[in-house]
Amino acid sequence: MEWDWAFVQEIMPTLLEGLKITILATVLGAIVAAVVGLLLAIARRSPNPVISRPVGFFADFIRGTPLLVQLYFIFYVLPDIGIRLSPLVAGVIGLGIHYGTYAAEVYRAGIDNVPRGQWEAARATNLTIRQAWIHVVLPQAIPPMIPALANYFIAMFKETPLLSAITVLELMNQAKSVANSSYRYIEPMTLVGVFFLVISLISVVALRFLEERYAKVDER
Amino acid sequence: MIDWSGYIGLILQGALVTIELTLMGSALALVMAFVAGLGRLSRFAAVRALATVYIEFFRGTSIFVQLFWVYFVLPFAGITLTPLQAGVLALGLNVGAYGAEVVRGAVQAIGREQHEACVALNLGRFQRMRHVILPQALPLMLPTFGNNAIELLKGTAVVSLISLTDMTFQAQVVRAQTGSTLIPFATILVLYFVMALAISTGVRWLERRARRGLDGVRA
Repeated sequence: MEWDWAFVQEIMPTLLEGLKITILATVLGAIVAAVVGLLLAIARRSPNPVISRPVGFFADFIRGTPLLVQLYFIFYVLPDIGIRLSPLVAGVIGLGIHYGTYAAEVYRAGIDNVPRGQWEAARATNLTIRQAWIHVVLPQAIPPMIPALANYFIAMFKETPLLSAITVLELMNQAKSVANSSYRYIEPMTLVGVFFLVISLISVVALRFLEERYAKVDER
Repeated sequence: MIDWSGYIGLILQGALVTIELTLMGSALALVMAFVAGLGRLSRFAAVRALATVYIEFFRGTSIFVQLFWVYFVLPFAGITLTPLQAGVLALGLNVGAYGAEVVRGAVQAIGREQHEACVALNLGRFQRMRHVILPQALPLMLPTFGNNAIELLKGTAVVSLISLTDMTFQAQVVRAQTGSTLIPFATILVLYFVMALAISTGVRWLERRARRGLDGVRA
């Protein structure tokens, strides 16, 4: 079977439509993951084991099981208990929680990497705990986290085709429906691959830039 | 009341497929990781370029797209694979690309003085890798390899979408037949988690073994 450029042109608008949903899901998922991750990281640091233990187990459990099954769980099980979500919302929640558990580890490492001396100095200069967090700890903890977080968000972008399994009309699903109706698989599937490759190569370059910009803070 | 025993059997059959796929995929990934990882450190620019293209390509696109490409596009090129072969191939090549970077990083983490000592002892390139560099690099690779193996296990769920009857596929079958959603999905989530725990326990054991005899070599 030959590569057909006319067919490529014909299916391009449909694929771009799908790409929009893919990017939308990635951005929304990243926002949910950033928030969920922070909450998990804080809960896991709690001195009260009744909070920190179950939260830790939950995070390990989510990290140890496939995103696809979690998406099915959200999409098929929750309606049985009366929570009906649109496919996209279910997908964003799934992506957000799954990658939130990864983001939580990044937050934890970032906060742990602030030297003890900084806490003690904040204390010695009579800052309140709140002031110490806002003015001393977080400004030092956040910049080194940015490249690692961005890395996970790129990984999340690459996982978005899974949303097609719960009927979200993103890039992969559009390509599949085009392929199934025209019986041509080469162009749509290859184009999906090319789209993902191009976007992730661009984001890798952006990541390098972020690393140079932020990751070397501790060398000052 | 639904008779669950038959359905549990179905899911356990799927679990066997998942385990089989994980083992075969990991074996392929391990081979690819060493081939491509050492290829990136080759003396020859062509080998380095080839390894880099492989790694960037497979890390740049998702496992899902690769699997569909292998399963739906390769037949047009005359290569028809069974779902199991396609799954092992896609998972192995994908995770192998991540593993290759781990191999490269670990080999590069071994200090210059080790290489110089090998030159001073008149060891050949192969001997140097085999007897000096890799035995020290292996313990550095193992923890990340463990994580990669868990990623591969999680990746196997995706093959259910190319009609391979793994655990996720069977759970969907059970859902379709019984209309119950919570029990099949909760069961397989727990089973996946148990498998992931087994992998991390196994890797920790391997790490202890690989470290044996290296005490005091490096801090």
